[in-house]
Parts: sequence; structure tokens; C-alpha cells
Amino acid sequence: MLSIKDLPKEKYVLPGHSACPGCPESLGLRFVGMALGKDVILVIPAGCSSIIQGVMPSSSLSMRVLNVPFASAAAVAAGISNIRGLLDIKVIPVVWAGDGATADIGFASLSGAAERNDDLIYVCVDNEAYMNTGIQRSSLTPYGAWTTTSVTGKKEGKKELPLIMLIHKVPYIATASIAYPIDFISKLRKAASIKGFKYIHLHAPCPVGWRFDPSKTVEVARLAIEVGAWILFEAEEGRVRINPPSTIYVDKSKRRDVREYLDIQGRFKGLDGREIDVIKKLIDDNWNVLLKLT
Amino acid sequence: MMTIKVLTGNYAVAEAVKLSGVNLITAYPITPQTPIVEKLSEYVDLGLIKASFVRVESEFSALAVAYGASICGARSFTATSSHGLLYMHEMLWWVAGSRVPLVMAVVTRAIGPPWNIWDEHTDLLDQRDTGWLISFAEDNQEVLDTIIQLYRITEDPRVYLPGILGLDGFLLSHTSEPVDIPDEHIIKSFLKPRSQPYTLCGDELITMGNLPRARDAMFMRYDIHLSMERAKRVIKEVDLEYSKLVGRSYGGLVECYRCENSKYLLVGMGAWVGNMKDVCDELRDEGYSVGVLKVRFFRPFPYEEVVGHLSGIRGALVFDRSISLGSLGHLHLEILARASSIGKHTIIKGLIAGLAGVDVGVKEIKESTIKFINEIEELGYVKDSSEWLL
Amino acid sequence: MAYSLPLSKPSIGASGLTGYWRLRRPSVSYDKCIKCYLCWLYCPDSTVDINERGDVVIDYKYCKGCGICSNVCPVKAIVMVDE
Repeated sequence: MLSIKDLPKEKYVLPGHSACPGCPESLGLRFVGMALGKDVILVIPAGCSSIIQGVMPSSSLSMRVLNVPFASAAAVAAGISNIRGLLDIKVIPVVWAGDGATADIGFASLSGAAERNDDLIYVCVDNEAYMNTGIQRSSLTPYGAWTTTSVTGKKEGKKELPLIMLIHKVPYIATASIAYPIDFISKLRKAASIKGFKYIHLHAPCPVGWRFDPSKTVEVARLAIEVGAWILFEAEEGRVRINPPSTIYVDKSKRRDVREYLDIQGRFKGLDGREIDVIKKLIDDNWNVLLKLT
Repeated sequence: MMTIKVLTGNYAVAEAVKLSGVNLITAYPITPQTPIVEKLSEYVDLGLIKASFVRVESEFSALAVAYGASICGARSFTATSSHGLLYMHEMLWWVAGSRVPLVMAVVTRAIGPPWNIWDEHTDLLDQRDTGWLISFAEDNQEVLDTIIQLYRITEDPRVYLPGILGLDGFLLSHTSEPVDIPDEHIIKSFLKPRSQPYTLCGDELITMGNLPRARDAMFMRYDIHLSMERAKRVIKEVDLEYSKLVGRSYGGLVECYRCENSKYLLVGMGAWVGNMKDVCDELRDEGYSVGVLKVRFFRPFPYEEVVGHLSGIRGALVFDRSISLGSLGHLHLEILARASSIGKHTIIKGLIAGLAGVDVGVKEIKESTIKFINEIEELGYVKDSSEWLL
Repeated sequence: MAYSLPLSKPSIGASGLTGYWRLRRPSVSYDKCIKCYLCWLYCPDSTVDINERGDVVIDYKYCKGCGICSNVCPVKAIVMVDE
């Protein structure tokens, strides 16, 4: 089990970038660097992380970075992955795409790369809305959440992307959270050791879009897991395994009250009892489905 | 040693790709390009082409996958038509702006609605702004030769831009003609090892494409413009060098057929230029002073050559198998942009014909030409400077 | 051949001196610090450094004052004070 002291101190995300204070994406990118080091080529479609890199001719990311059109990330990474054998190149292609780029506009190329089992790591950094354009709802925005295009709260549930990728029967899928960096880093390293299409879905609470104080990014991410709204699990060759600390919350009675998670975020302000019940049911349903797959 | 095979345009494309030492091919089917990807798939499976063959889920991904491979050092190829080309339009801009050399074949086809698989040039010319080199073949021999030449041209350090070879849907793509296939070793030495301005998969940690300062970004556009200008010379050089190896030249940017002392010129691109040449021969036998100016490269547009050939002549009839709706045919527009350099003496008329697959042959072209010439000889001007041949 | 290519190199301060963004700054009490380095782990801006003596040092030129370091510190050794 990795400890903090084992992690490389080298800076893969350099100070002085344009992310908002408390940004989970820049935090997540630090972990990608710690996990995979200098061999990575990041393929980044339009999103917050496009801007976080800063202004030319400087880049805040001390890694190879290829910025690509919104819908194309999985396909471009597939091209890079494909050519490595023929040209004797040693890079590890890692897609770093937001929820909009992954679940909405880039869904077709995501599914295509997964179906072909292209050898790459796809990380969906999920801040649950189109944040870069100013907080608009995406298919990964959860039920009841305020965004500028779901002003009275989103009426639809969150698209179950990890399960969709599970059904694609790719060699490895996992969920992760910026609150548990050692888990995320271990999963990235495990993914790098497996051949084929690997998918990691990273929960990334956004202080600006979810309306909470920027100091609480890690706290909110942890709370999501403690109320059972975010479940840490992985699946190798389709065999699902719940990861700690979510193992504790398999037992419903151990989960904290979902209202703790909702109250700390401004985007859930004003939900009535009926809506909170819907949210509770959605959480229960997710657990039920997942546990059936273990 | 010459090998002559009877090939359709599509198979000529496949033969050219086989000779070009590509590392990656992406494939998505669309009529009338499908036989290209089928033949290439067969060649890869049989080991005749040592390349990675990726069966993508859309045309957009076809170019995206080729782009990813190319930016890391691969010589790549893909092909498409019509709606597929429109679907990858965003990606075309990204590839050119990244200065990644890449070659694509576009089998031209009308755009719907209504659904239409037949020939029209609008899909290809709709990409004229993207920064891609755009060339257009007259016959299947030129299809094969130009794809090979494009790999040299696009990878030349003076250019470093992607390039398209256009060929007429069905008229060339599905029509068989005898094609001379050059020897592999000749082409291998003609095509140098792949060259590109940078790689994203080397040791250097670089970022491609983050936010620029406005002036820096404008300068990047200007740099593409300068490369397009330099490409004109590269295209001519490459054509000359290639002709010394195989004995065929296409004149570089344009070909002027029987242009010397012509009072009138037919101007066009693509397969029907062959028909225009037949019309020219017939009309010359009947005493008319006519020649044909074939535009081989639409981007960079060879305005120096066009101005040179059109200045001083009595009339130029420009044939467009495309339309910029709300304006004129694409070739007509490019030529009119230089009207002041061509001079008031030359009467330029644009003819929009053959859209949506309407058949236009020697008969129609000859009639239009005679009508054009007679109108000028009688009136001294043309009543309509642009006309649709419906 | 000189080009205008859309390429950048890694550089600190690619978006300027982001320390100017701060409304509050983290203040470290070294007597309380237990050197768990959770603050270093969770800083989104890589502005928490660890020096040769193992002490936590904040890079105030670029620290945005988000307060995550203060929030995750298990012994409240970092407090946010007004800038």
C-alpha cells in the first residue's frame, strides 16, 4: 500500500496556473503525474483543463499535452496508442476529459475506442456539469442540482457511465475520487500495467459550480462517499469489487445522512422532501445494481 | 519495369497508398469511397501494406485517429466523401492548424437532402478555407500519381500542411482505366522518410494548442498563409522530379491544353476536363480558337498561372460543378477575385453545371462553348456573366 | 525555417503571479505541524513545498488562498488569515 512519503515530489502541475482556487481538476492532474510520471501523453479535449494550462508559450503542465477538439479525445488517443508498436514509441496515452466531453459530445468516440479495446487510459474527470462555459448541465449532472440550464434543479438522473463502460467489457474500469489520491494513483498504475481500454471515472467536486467554499473541495468529495452518493469500485475483466472506504457503506446503516452532503453545496439548496427522497432512492438503486454485479 | 493495370479510381487510390509507405490507415465506409477502404483492408490483411488499420466508428473519428497517429510520427491516410467530409470538418481545421502533414482522398459526392450519391464538387470545395492543400484529378493515372506526390509535398518543410486528392464520384471512382503503376523501389526513393515539424511522442515535454495571445495566433494563421504560398513552388518541383522518374508530368499547379494563341479558354477542374479537351479538339478542327486551362490545385489557388493564361484572351468560360449558395461557383469566384489583374479585355463567364450528378458530356460542353463564343463575337459581351445549365 | 507553431513549454507562472488572487493566506504553526504532508498532497496549485528539513513551506507568489491545506490538516496547524 502506497504512502504519501512514497509519492514523487516532482511537480507535474506547475504553480501559477489558471484554475479556480480549490479546483479538483488541477489536483487530479497532480495525481496523474505522480502515478505515471514522464511517460504520459495527456490528450485533453475542450474543458476546464484546457484553460488551466495557461497562456502560450508557457504551459502549466509538465507533461506531454495534446489539446484536441471536444468530441475527439478517445479517437485521437486511439491513434497515438495504435502507432506505438510500429514506430517503437513508449508513451502512455491518457485521455483527461470532463463529463461533458465524455458522456455527451464525445460519447460516440468513447464507445468506439472501448469497443475496439484500444490500448489507452481514459480518465473522466467528473465535476458534474459543463463548468468551463459557466456551469451548464450535462448528462452527468445529478438529479436536483442547480445549473444555469437546470435552474429549478435537474429533472433527470445522472447517466451511469461507469456501468455503461462495464458493459462494454473492457479489461479495467474503476471509479475514484480526489479525496482518495492513493486509491486513484494505485488505480492509474494498475491500469497502466493492463493492455487494452481502461476507464477511470474521477469524482471532482467543483467549488464554483457546486457552490461551496473552495477550502472544502476534499471534504465534499469525502462526504459524497460517506453518504453513499459516490461509490469507489473497480472491475477487472468484469469482476466488480467495492473498494475501501466504500466497503463500509455497503451497509446502509453506516452511511451518513444524505442531507449532510446536500446542505454543504449551494447547488442543492431549496430541495423539498420529495426531491430528497428521489435522491435517496437513486443512491439505494445504484448500490443495489452494483452489489448484484459483485 | 512498368506494370499497367486496369483500375477504377478507387483502386488507383489504394495502389497509391500501397506504394506510399503509410503507417496507419483509418476506414469508415461511405458511397462512393467504400471500395478504397475495402481494398486497403484486404491489402493490410494480406501483408501487402505494413500498416495499422483502424476501423473507426465515424468519419470524425477517422480523421481524429489519423491525426493522433500522425502527430506522433506516423504517415497516415484516410478517405471520405460528402456527408462524411462534412462530419469531419472541425477536425480538418484542427489538423491543418496543428501543421500535421496527412493525406486524404475525397471522392466527391453531392450533399443532401435529398439523399444523393452522385457526383458534385461542392463537398470538397466546402473545405477550401481549412488550410488543407486541395488537388483534383482528371483521370485515374493522375489519382495514383498525385497521392504519391502529395506525401512528398505535404511533408516538405516549406509546406507542413495536410493535403487532399479529390476524384469525381462514380465518374472516376467506379470507372476503369489503364493505369501505369510505378515500381515500388522508385517510389520508395522518391518519398523520403516521414518529416513533420514536431512530434508529441518524443522526449520533449511540450503542449500543443493551449491559449495564445491574439497576435501570436494571428501570426500562426499568417504562417499557414506563407506555407501555402511556398507550396506553389514545391508542387511544381515535385511534379517535375516525379515526371523524370515515370515520364508523366501534370504541369504542376495548372495544365494548359492547346493554350498557345487561344482566343478562348475553357477552365475547369476534375474528370470533365477530359471532356473539355475532347471538345477543344473538335472545335479546333472546326476552326475555333479554343484551349483548356485545367486547374489541378485549388488550394493554394494558382492565381499567377491563371492570370497569366487568361490575360489578353478574348473570353474564359469557367465550369463549376459546385455552387456556393447565395453566390457563384467556387472556381468562378476564385478567378473573379483576380479580375482586375486579368484585365477588362477578357470576358469571364461562369457556368454552373452537372450538380447533383446531372450528366454533362462532350455534347453539352460543346454547345455551351459555341454559344459563349458566338455571343461574344456578335455582341462583344455576354448578357449573363453567370449561368446555370439546368 | 522559423515557424509559428501552436506549441508551449512547461513554465511556472503560465498564468501570471496567481498569488495576487488571494483574499486570505495560509499561516503555518510549525510547533503544531506533525509532518503528515496532507497539505502537500491536497494542494491543487503545487504551492505547498517540503524543504530539506522536512518543513512545509508555502509559495506565496502563487498560492491562491483556497484553504484546502487548512481544511485537511488534522491538527489545525494551518489557519487562514486575511490577506
